[in-house]
Amino acid sequence: MKKVNLEVNGKKVSKEVADHTVLSVFLREVLNLTGTHVGCDTSQCGACVVHVDGKSIKSCTALAADLDGSKVTTIEGLVTNGKMHPMQEAFKKQHGLQCGFCTPGMVMSAIDLLNHKKNPTDKEIRDWLEGNICRCTGYQNIVAAVKEAASKM
Amino acid sequence: MASLVGSRVERKEDKKLLTGRGKYTADVTFAHQTYAYFVRSPHARAQIKNVDTSKAEKASGVVAVLTGKDIVNDKIGGLIAGWRIKSEDGSDMKVPAHPPLASDSVNYVGDHVAVVIAESLDEARNAAELVKVDYKILKAVVKTDKAMNSENIYKDIPKNLCFDWLLGDRAKTQEAFDKADKIIKIDLINNRLIPNAMEPRAANADYNPSTEEITLYTTSQNPHLARIIISAFNGVAPENKLRVIAPDVGGGFGSKIYPYAEEVVCSWASKKIERPVKWVGDRTESFLSDCHGRDHVTHAELAVKNDGTFLGFKNETIANLGAYASVFGTVTPTYLFGPCATGVYKMPAAYSNVKAVFTNTAPVDAYRGAGRPEATYTIETLVEKAARELGMDPAEIRMKNFPTEFPFQQTLVHSVDSGDYNAGLKKAMEVGDYKGFAERKKESESKGKLRGVGFCSYFEACGIAPSAVVMSLGCGIGLWESAEVRFNPTGNVTVFTGSHSHGQGHDTTFAQIAADRLGVPIENIEISHGDTDKGPFGYGTYGSRSLTVGGTAIVKACDKIVAKGKKVAAKMLEVNESDVEFKDGEFIVAKSNQKKTIGEVAFACYLPGTYGEVKSPLPEGEEPGLKETSFFDPGNFSFPAGSHICEVEVDPDTGNTEVVKYTAVDDFGTIINPLIVEGQVHGGLAQGIGQALYENCHYDDTGQLVTASYMDYTMPRADNFPEFNLGFTCTPATSNPLGTKGCGEAGAIAAPPAVMNAVMNAVGTEVSMPATAEKVWKACQKMNKSNSKAA
Repeated sequence: MKKVNLEVNGKKVSKEVADHTVLSVFLREVLNLTGTHVGCDTSQCGACVVHVDGKSIKSCTALAADLDGSKVTTIEGLVTNGKMHPMQEAFKKQHGLQCGFCTPGMVMSAIDLLNHKKNPTDKEIRDWLEGNICRCTGYQNIVAAVKEAASKM
Repeated sequence: MASLVGSRVERKEDKKLLTGRGKYTADVTFAHQTYAYFVRSPHARAQIKNVDTSKAEKASGVVAVLTGKDIVNDKIGGLIAGWRIKSEDGSDMKVPAHPPLASDSVNYVGDHVAVVIAESLDEARNAAELVKVDYKILKAVVKTDKAMNSENIYKDIPKNLCFDWLLGDRAKTQEAFDKADKIIKIDLINNRLIPNAMEPRAANADYNPSTEEITLYTTSQNPHLARIIISAFNGVAPENKLRVIAPDVGGGFGSKIYPYAEEVVCSWASKKIERPVKWVGDRTESFLSDCHGRDHVTHAELAVKNDGTFLGFKNETIANLGAYASVFGTVTPTYLFGPCATGVYKMPAAYSNVKAVFTNTAPVDAYRGAGRPEATYTIETLVEKAARELGMDPAEIRMKNFPTEFPFQQTLVHSVDSGDYNAGLKKAMEVGDYKGFAERKKESESKGKLRGVGFCSYFEACGIAPSAVVMSLGCGIGLWESAEVRFNPTGNVTVFTGSHSHGQGHDTTFAQIAADRLGVPIENIEISHGDTDKGPFGYGTYGSRSLTVGGTAIVKACDKIVAKGKKVAAKMLEVNESDVEFKDGEFIVAKSNQKKTIGEVAFACYLPGTYGEVKSPLPEGEEPGLKETSFFDPGNFSFPAGSHICEVEVDPDTGNTEVVKYTAVDDFGTIINPLIVEGQVHGGLAQGIGQALYENCHYDDTGQLVTASYMDYTMPRADNFPEFNLGFTCTPATSNPLGTKGCGEAGAIAAPPAVMNAVMNAVGTEVSMPATAEKVWKACQKMNKSNSKAA
């Protein structure tokens, strides 16, 4: 067990964690932040993407014990004063989600893309999202949503 | 008031899903929660000689270890086949017992042997390693086409044959073939797929010893069906003591229609240990134990005249059911497959013969399209081959054989109510710029690429289904749907539906329908589904049935509300009921300015009195309250249809194949929400293209699942697709008042043949699905050799 101090969605968190607890499990089981989803066990699906110190990572690939002092943002942390993030708004407007299971990871990953590149092309969006699997949408409206958000952010 | 039907209304359910406030089964944790981990068979086929749980029981945190013996002792029933199919010779299908935990034998890798329940998941998983199972390994039967000539898996099921089913007339078909100018033949494998909803299956059962009630949260497309099966067949608890909740569900695609062993075991175990039991499958468990899809081996023949007229069709298929007959496992390769195998054409004579076999692989059941993708792949690759052999344009041969008069009595079963297949194909050629293909092909050639074009025209039978018809064919349940429309006293509305949304957007589409019908603003309408304690019994969501069947039930319940509202409004306004008209949420007295809003009427129905005088707004004999229920049983299936055109580019040096242009023109009748319908088409196409180019479930010869993770099973990704071009035509369905036809499965039905016809057109020879780079490269090499020989 190790004690970790983190800032999660702007709030300071101090918890004892087992050495093998990955961040996705820490968020879901310890902090009850169940918006981060787990869709595979091989770090392939991307449903669990969150931001650590502003960069998107698959939260199943990081050990909570390694992240002492980090700032973590999850899907729950994107809403400010009751208002959704422009990426969340764009996903709604463009019907970029259906069952919603891959959505939190998809949104977190897409925001990081726009942090890297302000106005990505369709191809750049599709290449960036290669690590996020969606079974419902065929990706078309996700691409449309990212473009919409790019025009608003 | 503007009509909402036909509008691109943004989804009501999105905000919770976008902000992490959805509630999926894995998100539900109870006080005193325990965690289950299943011990699964590592062998495809083995006898269980002994299960030793003694070490596991003593491990840290373990609450209970249960095995097949406990299932037998507690008389817990097996999982069921929901559809009884008879063989051509009149005999009943043969199905093996399917206990939730095996006691004598295991029959596929992943089959359930024991469950370990502990205080934490880690402890359950660690203790599961200590369960010692003594297996006698037997030779596995794996291949679909070899199953009938292999050792019998079950001693009372000869040749591993579940049934040998026939639809149609062999003699009449042979007569047609005898008159043909040409017979086109094809041998196909419809590759086995794994559905892969992004949310792995999960269950959390909570037994309350004082009320004797179990509350089961589960990842289900169909909570009512789960309840009736777990009650009536597994015998875990009576229906009134079992509440099944399917909260937010992360996709299903058929794989979550029915309960699995895990739900039964968690419910039963919770009752035994008197604590909640939670199981969340990991992805490999999903690969191993979710029901798979497709897996047909088919030989088909088409008899044609030299002018391209179709005379007859023969279909001989072996369908793999896996180790056990799953709930819809037996209907998928028969009544959902056979009738549609003649395609969207006039076909004077035809038959479909299906031999369904057991193998030591995971059970096979409905997967998006269920039977109709297999049917469409068969006929549409055959038709394209006929066009090639007759030297006809692929569009011309199709149009020549389309029916033009409706209702159209299709060859094998269906009476198709409406359609205009020529209009659809013409529009697809226009939207997809078929004329420009030759130019684009040249362009591709200049880059060293081979470009091919492929067509698919399809129809499908969905919106399942008229209960008496399907029950006469062996279905063990009715297939009507229910709705309850409940006005609250303050004038807002809750609509309960027996169907279930797991991505399809019912909360929005159904609210649009109710808003229009009742004249109530959409934001004042909530759709409720997924909880057997709320709203009436229903049959869930699959077979593109929610809107055509469930939506119609909502329409009928709304109409009953308006009918009662009219009577009440007339009494309130002191006029005759016949003088009251209902429009846009108001009951209006003709040629006057007297009116009552539906909200005022609802309020009066719940508070039927007046201060200071004894006076009721309710007519004599009318009950208070404003709530109506409808159970709608459709008179027919719904028959969406369309034409898709795919263009691929093949790199002959690497075999890499890319879909570069895809056009889908579909007729879904009246469209309620185009935004949602387009999304359904996109998703279906991705799964269909996935089958054609990427996805394949592979078992090795010993029955080990080689493709049991996302490292090995190719899930289509964002960079695998172009932007799809969609178009629509509309011939409203006559079998429901909305005029709608199902749209959820069309993409997955039409895309595989459209893509594969394009691949064949590009490389000049047949390639099997999935057309991986390796297969396409080999095909290119083969063509190079034969071309250089010819030169």
